[in-house]
Amino acid sequence: MKKYSVFAIAREAMRGHKGWEEQWTSPEPKKEYDVIIVGAGGHGLATAYYLASEHGITNVAVLEKGWLGGGNTGRNTTIIRSNYLYDESAGIYDHALKLWDGLSQELNYNVMYSPRGVMMLAHNVHDVQVFKRHIHANRLNGIDNEWLTPEQAKEFCPPLNIAKEARYPVMGAALQRRGGTARHDAVAWGYARGASARGVHIIQNCEVTGVKRAANGAVTGVETTRGFIGAKKVGVVAAGHSSVIMDMAGVRMPLESYPLQALVSEPVKPVVPCVIMSNTVHAYISQSDKGELVIGAGTDQYISYSQTGGLHILQHTLDAICEMFPIFTRMKMLRSWGGIVDVTPDRSPILAKTPVKGLYVNCGWGTGGFKATPGSGNVFAHTIAKDDPHPINAPFTLERFRTGRLIDEAAAAAVAH
Amino acid sequence: MLLIRCPYCEEERPELEFRNAGEAHIARPTNIAAESEDDFEKFFFIRSNPKGVIYERWRHIHGCARFFNAVRDTVTDKFVMTYKAGEPKPAKLPGASK
Repeated sequence: MKKYSVFAIAREAMRGHKGWEEQWTSPEPKKEYDVIIVGAGGHGLATAYYLASEHGITNVAVLEKGWLGGGNTGRNTTIIRSNYLYDESAGIYDHALKLWDGLSQELNYNVMYSPRGVMMLAHNVHDVQVFKRHIHANRLNGIDNEWLTPEQAKEFCPPLNIAKEARYPVMGAALQRRGGTARHDAVAWGYARGASARGVHIIQNCEVTGVKRAANGAVTGVETTRGFIGAKKVGVVAAGHSSVIMDMAGVRMPLESYPLQALVSEPVKPVVPCVIMSNTVHAYISQSDKGELVIGAGTDQYISYSQTGGLHILQHTLDAICEMFPIFTRMKMLRSWGGIVDVTPDRSPILAKTPVKGLYVNCGWGTGGFKATPGSGNVFAHTIAKDDPHPINAPFTLERFRTGRLIDEAAAAAVAH
Repeated sequence: MLLIRCPYCEEERPELEFRNAGEAHIARPTNIAAESEDDFEKFFFIRSNPKGVIYERWRHIHGCARFFNAVRDTVTDKFVMTYKAGEPKPAKLPGASK
């Protein structure tokens, strides 16, 4: 792998940019690997990268049914934050946030992590109480989160409407300054390049159609559209399709898959300096470096794999955006799309060993997985390499739905679900 | 937005009138306190999440307000059929190839 640097840019500028190499190779699949990762999204590629870079396991294949980063990694609204209520969540999301901080340098790839601040608006007394509780819980866990008055919120984000007669009055806000955004595609590409350089095979257009198990129940490999590929360890990181893959191995999951939508506006000059979230009216908005307003909507109410979602869901979100930011009422929207998110009953992810020997699962990130990408891959790689969870992901078991030890971020409502 | 046929009102109405109520044909245990942890997990948390035909409950909340069941394809979102609550799971689906 040739290192990217200012000197590389200068050198290539001199010779007509003919010397750039492919960022990752596309080898033919081998008959057998030490580890197979199902799903080449951010979480899967990060897992492969850390297996190679931290655990020395390089005989790894990442199988992707479509193209790399073409699922939820390329469809989300790129929000990064770690201000979750419970200790377990704070542990894993802040582990990720700390990795975001040095990720561009580590990968030698600009993931454009921009800690511009994530501001969550409180619109009623209940919101105020809940957010203040979060702020205190976060501070006990060493996570920055602070309370802003409506005036301070307006100062931090000038286009915000804080008028008392607004339909959704702003009664204050919780601000995590370390939160922000990153370039989602670059995260997938950077991890893919780093993993490929260390010998990991990234195999696109290779859909897993079955999971093979030996007589003793252990995993022996996967059937794919490109033939059987053997491995004693298989990590399923397939987002909305995780339960489909797990069904192939005979493991029924506590997951439901819903379409979640997002949309972008026409590009305009810088106007939104941070990320603004409103759980109560269910809207979130930020501005990309290209100038588009990036807006996240809610999920549909029914299970679907259609990657579209209903129009009324978008309208509901845009209604709220126009109320909170009257200056955007005449903005044109350019594109909308949907991604399929796998939601657990307690709205916390599952990163764990499974009842099947050699089968590991990293799923259930629901509507907010992007922010966790580096941390999730990091501890999941540890789980696969050591056949034992990292202390950070140890609470995120599959068994918690039997034992009742839930991590109930659903009830905590830290996030826009 | 989906158009959904309510089997009680006997007409297709927009999705906004309905509330999805999760997987159908899950029987609540008669003596829930006596359930083992494994059985309670299956009843309470484990769900079919098929890429294909799903059996699910809907409620016509802004109409007749009654629960009914539906068969739908989760890839196309097309409804195969709807039927009243309490009716058995259809053995054969109209127009189904398999």
